[in-house]
Amino acid sequence: MQWGRSPWLKELLRPKGASTMHPHVEQLLARVPIITDGAWGTQLQARGLGMGEFPDLWNLTHPDRVTQVARAYVEAGSQIILTNTFGANRIRLSQEAATEKLDDINRRGVEISLAAAGAIARVFASIGPSGKMLLSGDTSAEELQNAFGEQARALAKAGAHGLVIETMSDLEEARLAVAAARETGLPVVACMVFDSGKDKDRTMMGQTPEQAAAALTEAGADVIGANCGQGISGFVSICRRLHAATGRPIWIKANAGLPTVVEGQPLYHVTPEEFAGFVPELVTAGASFIGGCCGTSPEFIRAVVTKAV
Amino acid sequence: MTKLCLVRVDLNRLQPHANVMLELKQLYDAVVEGDAQVSRALTAQAIAEGVDPLKLVNECLVPAMDDVGRRFQCNEYFVPELLISARAMKSSLELIRPLLAARGDKPLACVAIGTVKGDLHDIGKNLVASLLEGGGFEVIDLGVNVAPEKFIATVKEKNATIVALSALLTTTMPAMKTTIEALKQAGVREKVKVLVGGAPITQKYAEEIGADGYSENAVGAVALAKRTLAP
Repeated sequence: MQWGRSPWLKELLRPKGASTMHPHVEQLLARVPIITDGAWGTQLQARGLGMGEFPDLWNLTHPDRVTQVARAYVEAGSQIILTNTFGANRIRLSQEAATEKLDDINRRGVEISLAAAGAIARVFASIGPSGKMLLSGDTSAEELQNAFGEQARALAKAGAHGLVIETMSDLEEARLAVAAARETGLPVVACMVFDSGKDKDRTMMGQTPEQAAAALTEAGADVIGANCGQGISGFVSICRRLHAATGRPIWIKANAGLPTVVEGQPLYHVTPEEFAGFVPELVTAGASFIGGCCGTSPEFIRAVVTKAV
Repeated sequence: MTKLCLVRVDLNRLQPHANVMLELKQLYDAVVEGDAQVSRALTAQAIAEGVDPLKLVNECLVPAMDDVGRRFQCNEYFVPELLISARAMKSSLELIRPLLAARGDKPLACVAIGTVKGDLHDIGKNLVASLLEGGGFEVIDLGVNVAPEKFIATVKEKNATIVALSALLTTTMPAMKTTIEALKQAGVREKVKVLVGGAPITQKYAEEIGADGYSENAVGAVALAKRTLAP
């Protein structure tokens, strides 16, 4: 059965209060949070991904090592894992002179995660930002929508259970990605980075969690959230504000703080236990999906699982 | 922080002439509001009326961009507002630059800016480049994935005295150190100030790799670049 179409997910994704709650949902919501995965980039680096090397290409060149990362998260207790396809859109791939590999990279990314997930976890495929700014005229709405649509179709065709639009700094770009992703009929998660302003509670473009939640809800995202950005402590209030501003379930993936570099290697100073210590607060603040971003590892997910029961 | 927000440039001291003063105030506002058409038109008008072009830059445009920077620091402005103000400033500078060049006035300094080797992010770097330009610097934008040799060549050939390095990834930030070492080996390290920035960069990291300065945002980068010019 396609999880993306399973009745209980549909129920879970239905805005709270939109209708009477299905008994399955009550059960599920009693079991929140749903545990997602941690970082992929830093895990691939630990397995030899070189400095500045484009991680997504490893789906083709080192599928065994990408599989190791996916499997490590499933073994750690992730109920949803993502895919190594964060940058596999036409705009990013053209900088790597790899646009002709677009379908293959996305297909293999989903296949690798599906194989690792087996019957235990679900696969929500990752769609990252274009890296270009609409406002400065470096890209256009049409180019973005085409690029995100193309990637979303490739991921859906390969059998992903859902799509995650993540690490977005510009709400307008996120809205275009949501619109493109929705065409696949899969559940769509949309999350922004809140790392700007003196309280680190705005997107790079200055948008608040309330504005983001409203715009992404209107764009039709099924789940709304925040990832990357600052350390996990700052996510509690952002989560609370997102939750208050939308009826959609909330998705939170925080960084393990900002790294310092020791002998050329980034070191993150937050421990898995410290990170997981925030899980109860995040649940209280309304998080339905919890995982990690940059610097987190299967150890972090294991710690999150113990706090989430 | 709040104190900064209250600082406004007193334009009354700029020009005794009432109508010129009004124009300068309008030009100042056009830059702060990011209206490139109006700022360009007012600049042309001021030049036609004989206002000294350097005076336009130093007493109107630069203070206007400083005001924009203060608003950014105070959460009143964000990246979109910075970009459109920088664009307005640029549209005015396009008219003023040739006049300054013709009479031998030089820009503050020449900056070679780029995202380091292995890193393809350009949003932050582009923002810093346009604000530096708005701040009166000559900016040579070397783009993304820039090899150390390219920075060295620009320092040697274009006489850049500031090298601004951007990195957005923890995996590429070590290339900043490599670039600084390459500048040393090429014998040009002492001729330039090296400024670094980007999401994973910290003041501590800047010190570790021997950079001359770090800023956590684009507005701070302009102030930093100006500070390095002080003897």
